[in-house]
Formats: sequence, C-alpha cells, structure tokens
Amino acid sequence: MGEILGSGSLFALALTLGAYLFGLWCQSKLRVSLCNPILIGAIIVPVVLLIVKIPAETFQQSTALFSWLLTPATVCLALPMYEQLKILRKKLPVILASVTAGTLVSLAFIAIVGVLLKLDYQTLVSLLPKSVTSAISMPLAEQNGGISALATISVVITGIFGSLIAPAFCKLLKLTDPVSQGVAIGTSSHLAGTSKATEMGELQGAVSTVALSVAGILTAILFPFVVQFI
Amino acid sequence: MKYMKQFLIVLLFSYLGELLQRWIPLPIPAVIYGLVLMLLALCTGLVKPKHIADISQFLISLLPLFFVAPAAGILQYWDLLASNVVKIIVIILISTCVVFAVSGLVCKWLQKIGGKSNG
Repeated sequence: MGEILGSGSLFALALTLGAYLFGLWCQSKLRVSLCNPILIGAIIVPVVLLIVKIPAETFQQSTALFSWLLTPATVCLALPMYEQLKILRKKLPVILASVTAGTLVSLAFIAIVGVLLKLDYQTLVSLLPKSVTSAISMPLAEQNGGISALATISVVITGIFGSLIAPAFCKLLKLTDPVSQGVAIGTSSHLAGTSKATEMGELQGAVSTVALSVAGILTAILFPFVVQFI
Repeated sequence: MKYMKQFLIVLLFSYLGELLQRWIPLPIPAVIYGLVLMLLALCTGLVKPKHIADISQFLISLLPLFFVAPAAGILQYWDLLASNVVKIIVIILISTCVVFAVSGLVCKWLQKIGGKSNG
C-alpha cells in the first residue's frame, strides 16, 4: 500500500498535520486535558503508518521539515520574552533560584531512583537530562556513554507528559500566578511544555522560555559532576 | 512578502546562533544563542517587534506540532525501551511531576517572602 501512496514525503507531512489538527479538534470539543493534540497525534500517526506500511525511517526523513523549523520557531520566543521584559527583569532572581532548585532536584532524583531501581549506567545516563530540550540532552547523553536515541525518547515523553499535566497540576499545587506556572512548566518539560505555556498566557510563555534556557544550560554544566556519582 | 522578510530575519538569527555555537566552546545549543541574540536585537532596537511579529505568532503557534513526529518515532526505538520499559516510564513520569512541583512551589514561596520584605 506504501507504493500506491507514493514515496511518502507529502503524505507524512499531511498525516502529521492532520493528526495534530484532529487532536486540537478533540481538545476543543471534549475539553478533557487528556485530549492533548501532541498525544493524539503521537497515537494516530504510528497506527496509520503501520496500516499503510510506511517504514518509520521513511516517515522520520519525510518529517524533517518540522524538526528543521523547530529552531527558528524557538528563536521567535524572544518576542514574547521581550514584551514581558519588565516583569522578567523584576522576577529574574526568583526565576533563576527556582529553576536552579528544580534542575538540581531533577538530576538528583533521577540519579538516586535510577540507582535504587538498578538501572544500568547506559540507560540511566540517557534518562538523566530528560527535562531539557533534546538539543542539549542528546549530546550530553552521548558524550557520557548514554544512548542518544533513548535520551530523545525520554525528552519527548517528558515534554508530552508535562504539557498534558500542566493545567491540572497548576490547580492541584495552587500555582495561580503566571510566573510560578511558567517556571514549573519550563523547568520540568522544556519546549513542548513551553508551547502549552504560551497557550496559557503570554507571561507564562515568556517565563517558561527563560526557565527552559536556564535549565538547559545548568543541566549541561552540572551533568559531568552528577555522572560521577552513578 | 511580509512573511518572507520576517522569516528571513528569524532565519538569519537562527543561523548566527549556529555560528556562535561553532565558535564558542561551551555546551550551549545554537538555538539558545539565537534566542538570546534575537532578544538583544529587540532590546537594542535593531529589530522592532513589528519586524517579526507575524512570523513569530505563526511559528510559535506551530510549536506543539513539531513534537508529533518525534513522538510518533518512539515506536521505532521500541527495542531500546523494551527491557526496562516500566522502570524508565516510572522514572520519567514521577520525576517530571517532582520537578514541576519543586520549581513551581519554590517560585511561589520566594515571591511570597520577597513580597513581604518589600511591603
């Protein structure tokens, strides 16, 4: 069936976009937070690929356009940051301190639980940088003896899960102010979470962008030290 | 035309980020350099918000879409997960919740004590 549908590039792009839009439609119709468009897309796409027998490798190559656009889209996050600069400046010490706390806890928690669960070194090192964007986590995992593909998977699962739970968790933890919401989302679930934060509000998006940048850089700096304890 | 000019500006900054990443031997990804450079350009007035406003809105609204393809690719690497899948998923999910709670609550608490000392 893959042959009937052609080489697959346009089909793969259309499928991804279609599945995502279907997810958005479900979200607006059902108003259930589990109807996250990334999650729905991530379920529909592999199922369709299995049915029409397009190999996953072909699909990944075909959707390279999206991963390529990720960089300029992230650079665009400078604009909401600029528009919220006054508040960001005022809150910067608080944001830096709380992102640092979150990043330290992230590294320590994964390292300790991983050792307790007797995960092998290779797997654990790949999981360790999972709360930061894959541009940082992939090389970190690789340089320290991990598997970059596994690092990417854990980053993606983290991102989807983070954007999924963000609204409910903000309520649960009574995080009502946009700064705390942005810090929590950006520190825990990088860019995927930040995309959710920009939907929640411009200030949330701006704070989340700062948080993901700081968390990413801190993780890169602290990583070699944490690895020594594993 | 409007979109093309704006996209060119964004692309240039993305590219400058890539160059910086090549020149500066720090473990910081190109995209963070690009982001900071763009912010600096906006602050200095080199780039006005209206120069990138439309394309920014468009690209930022597309952000979640960019995670669908890698998420769908997880199945491709299923054998990497398979042997430890429960442990791995448990660690990922719980640690995400923990980091979310710690960073959010610390931020809330810091603002509270900061607010008190100011007021």
